[in-house]
Amino acid sequence: MLTLIIDGIAYGMVLFILASGLSVTLGLMNFINLAHGAFAMGGGYASVVLLQRFGIPFLWTLPLAFLAAALAGLLLERIAYRPMYAKSHLDQVMFSIGLVFMAVAGIDYLMGSTQQFVRLPEWLQGRFELGGVAVGRYRLFVIVLCGLLALAMQWGFMRTRFGSRLRAAVDDARVARGLGIPVNAIFALTFAFGSGLAGLGGAIGIELMGLDPSFPLKFMIYFLIVVTVGGTSTITGPFLAAMLLGIADVAGKYFLPQVGAFIIYALMVVLLLIKPEGLFARSRA
Amino acid sequence: MIGVSLEQRVRAGLAAKRRWHPAEFAFWALALGAAFLFPSKLLILNEIAILALFAISLDLILGYAGIVSLGHAAFFGAGAYAAGLMALHVSADPLVGLLVATLASAIVGFITCPLILKGNDLARLMVTLGIAQLMYELANAFSRITGGADGLQGISMKPLLGRFEFDLFGQTAYFYSLAVLFVLFLVARRIVHAPFGLSLRAIRDNPLRAAASGVPATRRLLMVYTLAAAYAGAAGALLAQTTQFVSLDVLAFHRSADLMLVLIIGGAGYLYGGIIGALAFKLIQDGIAAFTPQYWQFWIGLFLVLFVLGGRDIIHGGIGALARRLGALMPRRGSAP
Repeated sequence: MLTLIIDGIAYGMVLFILASGLSVTLGLMNFINLAHGAFAMGGGYASVVLLQRFGIPFLWTLPLAFLAAALAGLLLERIAYRPMYAKSHLDQVMFSIGLVFMAVAGIDYLMGSTQQFVRLPEWLQGRFELGGVAVGRYRLFVIVLCGLLALAMQWGFMRTRFGSRLRAAVDDARVARGLGIPVNAIFALTFAFGSGLAGLGGAIGIELMGLDPSFPLKFMIYFLIVVTVGGTSTITGPFLAAMLLGIADVAGKYFLPQVGAFIIYALMVVLLLIKPEGLFARSRA
Repeated sequence: MIGVSLEQRVRAGLAAKRRWHPAEFAFWALALGAAFLFPSKLLILNEIAILALFAISLDLILGYAGIVSLGHAAFFGAGAYAAGLMALHVSADPLVGLLVATLASAIVGFITCPLILKGNDLARLMVTLGIAQLMYELANAFSRITGGADGLQGISMKPLLGRFEFDLFGQTAYFYSLAVLFVLFLVARRIVHAPFGLSLRAIRDNPLRAAASGVPATRRLLMVYTLAAAYAGAAGALLAQTTQFVSLDVLAFHRSADLMLVLIIGGAGYLYGGIIGALAFKLIQDGIAAFTPQYWQFWIGLFLVLFVLGGRDIIHGGIGALARRLGALMPRRGSAP
């Protein structure tokens, strides 16, 4: 039972890392980026390629996955995303779905449609006993790493100058701009950082969630739930939402395997029933 | 007094909109004639007619009422499964199945509608997506009823009206689908050019103001959403009956996304947009699939991105200019691009 909870926490941690960038995009530019998962997949595949083709150890591929996805994010934001901010939500959604389709088919073409695996280093394999509870080494590693990242993000978000500017821009972009905060530059940076985090999450998550070309579509709804439930103005909101979702999903798949992903969608509909108004009210410009 | 004259003006305007343009006769004549012009393409023509009906359904809520939906496949799938199950277990008569399937998905639409009416665009996109995925997982989980990943097999329809057998070449299928499309199109055309349609557009353009001028927004949206669900269900039923097969694919996400693309190509907010979009989409898809069967999704995605990034304005502007020029050249023009 405890093992299950730890698995759920690890899973939720990865979800948080994956989705945190999305919440900023949504909060800051009121832009719904369904292609966020594509960046995560990009990071995952970057890690796989580096590991399998170039023999770089798995841990070293993680920062490279982050960089690759961040770079892609920076470029795409400049070229493609920026003209989209002024368009309607519908256009934005169509645009990002188009990107997802391209990413899915492109990866399928380049890498094949099979599930990808990574070989973890020796010391991350297997399980060990901790107070009578079997804990997967890699899961513990994920929890520690993502936990540290979350703490660092919380610190950066709340304590640094960049963080306070970012919060100001999320709260009211117009006023922030009026005060001389370079909202566009902040947004581009944050977008790149969020994409990088997604890439990192994708690489970390290969072991836990699997990786194949359908990744962005499969996990799109997870990211959206995290953002919906957690809100866009804090780090802690999405964090708690990701934990909840991770544990619910792992427990659901363990206890009721035949129902499958059904639980997640039911959870979302129920949450929307409880909290129907103002889910995205904050992000309304 | 002003009120009376305004009412008369509105009535006159609606009546004028209801009159048929010559090009519309030409359009439907072409649709019928296509069966004789391209007898080897009847199967894809059938698919186009079904997709067009599905697109009209989305246009009703998106183009007229302004409800965005990323999960319209939910109703398409509900209709398809209802028709398939009807044919397997109750009655294989196509028209009975069509009626039951349409009603079934109307009920699904009516039940899920309160979820969608709350919240703004983003919430709606998410809820519709969630509902469609929910339906997909339900269909997957209840594989004893739905056949799961294998789908509903062994459907065999009785002849249409007791006379016309469904043939391998899709002749009956196309005429059947086209007839249903035409009838439902007429209904939709009448509805959107009635005061009801006008009130929908008022809600779409400014919900607050529409409510303030006495439009019962929630009730109207509920009605049109249920209607659109029924249309989508009819489209799903047509697919199930004419292909005699239902699989999980009818509920898949890409179906909802493709449908959006159809409306984006054709243009939302006038009923022909869905039909023209369906025609263009199927031709594009067919063309792409011919040279790269596995990766056509990439090109669909590229189309989406380019369309939204500005291609739409260019294409619609170009067609508009072309139509005007043609219109100047001759009194009668076809509306197909």
